[in-house]
Amino acid sequence: MSAPKDCQPIITVRGLRNAFGEQVVHDGLDLTVCRGEILGVVGGSGTGKSVLLRSIIGLQTPEAGEIEVLGENMVGRSEDEAKNIRRRWGILFQNGALFSTLTVAENVEVPIREYFPFIKPPLLDEIAGYKIAMGGLSADVGPKFPSELSGGMIKRAGLARALALDPELLFLDEPTAGLDPIAAAAFDELIKSLQKRLGLTVFLITHDLDTLHAICDRIAVIADRKVIGVGTIPELLALDHPWIQEYFNGPRGRAAEASYKKGATA
Amino acid sequence: MAEVTEHDTHGGKGSVYRVAGSLTITRAATTQREIDALHDPLTIDLTDIDRMDTVGAWLVYRAVRDRGAKVIGASRDEVSLVEQVGDFDHPVRVAPLEKHDFLTGLQELGTWVVESGKTLVGLLGFLGASLIGFANIIKRPKRFRFNAVVQRFDVVGVRALGIIGLMSFLIGIVIAQQGAVQLAQFGAEVYTINLIGRITVRELGVLMTAIMVAGRSGSAFAAQLGTMKITEEIDAMRTIGVSPIEALVLPRLMAAVLMMPLLGFWAILTSLFGGGLFVWLDLQIPPATYIQRLQEVIPMTDLWIALIKAPVFGFIIALAGCFQGMLVEGNSEEVGSRTTTAVVQSIFLVIVLDAIFAVFFSSVGWV
Repeated sequence: MSAPKDCQPIITVRGLRNAFGEQVVHDGLDLTVCRGEILGVVGGSGTGKSVLLRSIIGLQTPEAGEIEVLGENMVGRSEDEAKNIRRRWGILFQNGALFSTLTVAENVEVPIREYFPFIKPPLLDEIAGYKIAMGGLSADVGPKFPSELSGGMIKRAGLARALALDPELLFLDEPTAGLDPIAAAAFDELIKSLQKRLGLTVFLITHDLDTLHAICDRIAVIADRKVIGVGTIPELLALDHPWIQEYFNGPRGRAAEASYKKGATA
Repeated sequence: MAEVTEHDTHGGKGSVYRVAGSLTITRAATTQREIDALHDPLTIDLTDIDRMDTVGAWLVYRAVRDRGAKVIGASRDEVSLVEQVGDFDHPVRVAPLEKHDFLTGLQELGTWVVESGKTLVGLLGFLGASLIGFANIIKRPKRFRFNAVVQRFDVVGVRALGIIGLMSFLIGIVIAQQGAVQLAQFGAEVYTINLIGRITVRELGVLMTAIMVAGRSGSAFAAQLGTMKITEEIDAMRTIGVSPIEALVLPRLMAAVLMMPLLGFWAILTSLFGGGLFVWLDLQIPPATYIQRLQEVIPMTDLWIALIKAPVFGFIIALAGCFQGMLVEGNSEEVGSRTTTAVVQSIFLVIVLDAIFAVFFSSVGWV
């Protein structure tokens, strides 16, 4: 159940503890993400999936524990030191978090301008252009503002911005939530193909059983304030934890598994 | 890290661009400059590359696309990365098309005029909707949201006491001090009391309060309703069957209308107190004399004028704030701009109305 043998850890979380006042969200949480894998994180509502993500990317200072990302310690470091790491990851927030006063293309250019101010506008625009295409959007979306986009397009634009600096590590917070099944499947496909093409490591929070079946190499389950298991779906089912059983063997879990198997044999 | 060689190929001048190490976004600006400076026909030698990202691949791709450059020494991964990047080559516009000429200038002016007209009509409509909502509540008093109104009283009125009191106190002192300096030139310091009394009661007390309430509460109304508009809370209310006018706008209107006279009166008292303190300490006029003089020089009509103006100002402030808040659409930037508009509009309208009131009350003999 531990990490695979050839695992090169890219994120290591040890003994993480997060609490908001009396309410303890994480206590003694351990997790390792290996280079080049797509790790899905699942858990019931309120189990602290997003808090875990925020702790890893440094938006939430944990009460205790160690977090190492790309070989660097993340807890208690200064903003300047963290900048070098921030450059090497991309994050897609749950609601896209696009800057509403900038166009989609300008949104994609923001991280590039911030870190590489010497890149000239024509080249910058070309880079933004192919990133937008990579995110699976058509060319006419570039000059549009986020308020003119649909939910699925906002997620794709957010993904294009997350990819702007060619990250090694991609964080996705519920990327398929709120998308219709066709758009969600297309988004899964997109993530999988980008991960293969660019050699990304993906940390993915999701509720979507189809996503878990279709693209995740390993799945981490959060319950009882810690990660109760990491592995492929069969490995997790062997754990005999009631929440895991109910999650994957419930009606929705079975349906997702059946459709995935059908897709695999077809 | 890049080595550039110029050499003869087939009799013509050509150049070879040899990159070593990494070809990534970190060196994108330099790489592009170096490639642009080279002569055609261009050959790019990737033999010594150990890392290439999509930006590096894009630079190679566009050299191939635009200048027919030849790429040599690329490994299979690098070739496939360049090809993949090429797959995403669709020309994308970055900013919306904008023309700047005389016609678009005229067009913008026209749009502005039409928009202003629409806003005015919208404001009238909003006023009407508010009055209808008020009438509905009078018809069915059970619908009256007592708690919401009391909460607004607290926010608009009680919590403003401190800042408005302090502001008025200081204004009282300033009027007394400046008045005393000027009037001393004629040996008429005692008339400082007339000045303080009449100017604060008749004009400044309520006017300054209105400006403070516009900045404090009018802006808050616009921002609150605007944010609720963006998060679709107001749409949710409508679909549940709760009228946003009754639930959100009326409590705010009532709070502003009822609190403004109280705050204005409070402002008048504290300015008189501040002025009295200065008069006592600087001109040695004892408080008892000060109060007696105030009673003699301030006609009762001055207080009526203040108390009549105050609710009207409160109404204007709340109406402008709520109206601008309800106009918010789209993004968070608009919350900010609508809030600004609400404050500017309400202060402007308050001052215009104040001028009208001044002329009116003077002409009906309340001088």
